[in-house]
Amino acid sequence: MDFPPIALLGQAVVNGIFAGAVYALLGLGLSLSWGLLRQINLSVFAIALSSGYLTYEMSSRGFDILLALLILPPLFFGLGVALQWGLERFKVASFNSLLITFGLTIIVEAVLQLIWTADVRRVESHYSDIKLRFADLFFPAPELIALALAVAVSLALWQVSRRTDIGKAMRAAAEDPAMAAAFGIDQNGLALILGGVDAAVAALGGIGIALVYTLAPSQIYGWLGVVFACVMLGGLARPLGPLIAGCAIGIVEALTMTVASPSWAPLVSFSLLLVVLLARPGRA
Amino acid sequence: MRRSMSILTGLAAILAILPFTGFPASYEALLYLIFLWTTLAVSWNILSGFSGYFSFGHGAFFGIGMYTTGYLSTKMGLPFLATLPIAGLLSAAFAALIGAIAFRVHSVRGELFSLLTLAATFVIATIILNTSIDGGSGIYMSAVTVPSLAPTPSGTLYLLALLVTFATLLIALLVYHSRFGTGLFAIHDDEDAAEVMGVPTFRFKLAALVISSALAGVIGGVNALFVSYLTTVETFNVLTPLTVVLMAVLGGTRHWAGPAIGATAITLLLYSFTGGDSAVVGKIVMGVLLIAVILFMPNGLLGRLAVRRNRPRSADIAAVPERRAVVTQGSGEAAVLLRTSKLAKSFNGIHALRGVDVEVRRGEILGLLGPNGSGKSTFINVVSGHYLATAGTAVLRRDRISTLPAHRVARCGVSRTYQIPRPFSGLTVLENVALTAMFGVAQLGRAEAEAEAWKWLGFTGLAQHAAALPDALNLHQRKFLEFARALASGADLLMLDEVLSGLTPSEIDNAVEMIRRIRDQGTTIIFVEHVMRAVHALCDRVVVFNRGEVLASGAPGEVLSRPEVITAYLGRKDQTVDTAPASAPGEIEASLAA
Repeated sequence: MDFPPIALLGQAVVNGIFAGAVYALLGLGLSLSWGLLRQINLSVFAIALSSGYLTYEMSSRGFDILLALLILPPLFFGLGVALQWGLERFKVASFNSLLITFGLTIIVEAVLQLIWTADVRRVESHYSDIKLRFADLFFPAPELIALALAVAVSLALWQVSRRTDIGKAMRAAAEDPAMAAAFGIDQNGLALILGGVDAAVAALGGIGIALVYTLAPSQIYGWLGVVFACVMLGGLARPLGPLIAGCAIGIVEALTMTVASPSWAPLVSFSLLLVVLLARPGRA
Repeated sequence: MRRSMSILTGLAAILAILPFTGFPASYEALLYLIFLWTTLAVSWNILSGFSGYFSFGHGAFFGIGMYTTGYLSTKMGLPFLATLPIAGLLSAAFAALIGAIAFRVHSVRGELFSLLTLAATFVIATIILNTSIDGGSGIYMSAVTVPSLAPTPSGTLYLLALLVTFATLLIALLVYHSRFGTGLFAIHDDEDAAEVMGVPTFRFKLAALVISSALAGVIGGVNALFVSYLTTVETFNVLTPLTVVLMAVLGGTRHWAGPAIGATAITLLLYSFTGGDSAVVGKIVMGVLLIAVILFMPNGLLGRLAVRRNRPRSADIAAVPERRAVVTQGSGEAAVLLRTSKLAKSFNGIHALRGVDVEVRRGEILGLLGPNGSGKSTFINVVSGHYLATAGTAVLRRDRISTLPAHRVARCGVSRTYQIPRPFSGLTVLENVALTAMFGVAQLGRAEAEAEAWKWLGFTGLAQHAAALPDALNLHQRKFLEFARALASGADLLMLDEVLSGLTPSEIDNAVEMIRRIRDQGTTIIFVEHVMRAVHALCDRVVVFNRGEVLASGAPGEVLSRPEVITAYLGRKDQTVDTAPASAPGEIEASLAA
């Protein structure tokens, strides 16, 4: 086999990190609500893609896509709170939350298709033309924005969960809900906030997707497997987990694409997921 | 069951005639789709609905079937019909591989199992896509000759699908009513308790997975010819397993026919929304339906039907269990039922049991005492096989049970009750008791097991609750259900783990009376208890544990007045108590002195 030159491998590592950033933004909400609320919230994928399409719509009407960063997260925060309220209201258990949010995701996918058709869309902005160059490696501006978002959000959530009362209360409630309630922790309130945060982060993920990738409604399911792999590999409810695991998986995938062929890439992430599930299931 | 079987056969016979009557091809295609999804949903349910292991890998088993037939009938030139059994076998083999790995890891349950099977689907799809099986260009089936079982090719496919569907429903029905099915339901409700009560959980889950995937593989083979062009994107679509789950949940996973109802309903629904934007609307309807069903009908359309109604037969209740030959206590090796030597168990460096030697003689009630955390429950868990001993041995009669898995230990004649009763919440009281008769010492068939269960329901006074679900019982009745389950297993050794905790004084008197009657009909008992009044009343001998070691043993009155035993329970006067007893200290001091 011809071994690709070192610069190509270096670029693969860089691209892998960029992919990992988007994985992290999508995985964070999933990881937090799974680990802290025992709910498997597939709706993060629906939220991300909706946010991606709204970003597309804004940019095609001539708004700067950075404006989306200001508008969309608060909007989806509200939606996330509402969804969480619904889940709490019906006391939806772990497995059923997966099925219900899957139902929501199907609906959202269909609605996106009705509005924007099934055609592939791409956000055109002046950022796409900016590329930083360092040594032989290229760093496109949209990817850099997505990476910066992922790192900032992950670090911020990490600090919140470690240092603030609200973070400690959430971890306590996840550890032993009854005991936490006895100490006066308002779990429903916390869950609502968490639901909102999950959705806001997923909305950022959607902006990331719109910046870096093309958009199509059926893409929702394409992200599912690899993001689950990142979430499991990173450990549930660990804010830095999805970023670290996402970059690891992204790099390995990108290297596989460079050395072998792109169609082999899924094998890597899913084999990793299988190994993680079997080797250290206690963490999950 | 007979009635369901004849209805099923009659329905299949009528449907089989249709292709010979000039039935319109478009309806044939619709019925074909109903058969296809019914087979997928019903076969999925055999593992996932019955045992609760929700698999998202059904698309993989189905896809392996499709690609097996596709590859063998085009690239290898095998006749189409010959590829179908191979499709089933290959699917089953792949399932066996996944199951053998996944079911060995005890924590891969619930969501993790779902994820694992989903990941396996993508791995398989990637491998098929990148090897010569697919090669990226897909497989065209147009050159494959359709065997002529019916006047038209579509009629042939219709008949084949009908046949597979009929077989699948029949298998689901048989499993549902069998010992195997009851075992799967017990796994669904409480897997650890099922294993301890004799259900070979690993083997059952594996068998269910293999059956379920073989059926999916065969229908996949048929479907390969129906779709006529195979691509990995379409075949291993994540929507396939999710649709299957939706159908089964809609119909009711606790009933063998539930998924068939769900599959028919959803297929008809999607069929009426085909083409253009209306397909998208169909998707929306499906999503709304899924949410509505889970919120408002979590047990599915057939949920209520799944609870079997068993009416007590007066003859059964009247029957009193015959007295077994009671071996009188004596000395010598023959009198020892259970002997543990240097039995030890540690968890990540914490030594819960540090090498205990305990001897249980036939026909006695041995009290096992000690402060909380002294190792009593660990002892029960190790002897019952729930935990594997770190060192040492436990020998029942001549069988070395400390190396056996829990379900084999149960079969040797060891049973236990749980401090907090753990009935199988989806099984009726009668079924709960019949389960241990099926999987205990005698390994009875379903009918005999129910007859045996009626006896013990009569013995424990629960006969009038036989058809109820355990949730309807109060704590006292649930503790008696634990007794009935343990007794129906036909065990020689019964381990009672704090059966009296949480009961009122008069309920305690009832329970003590019951334990005495259990011993009188020949069962040897290990009695773990903090209620000293009952210990004094019942026990022939007591063994006191402290910090995982045997502190003292002998007659109750003598042992309980020893100073080191009192210290273990209450701590020294000049020292803070580090192991708090469950009951109020004053009460224990009073009863120790009694």
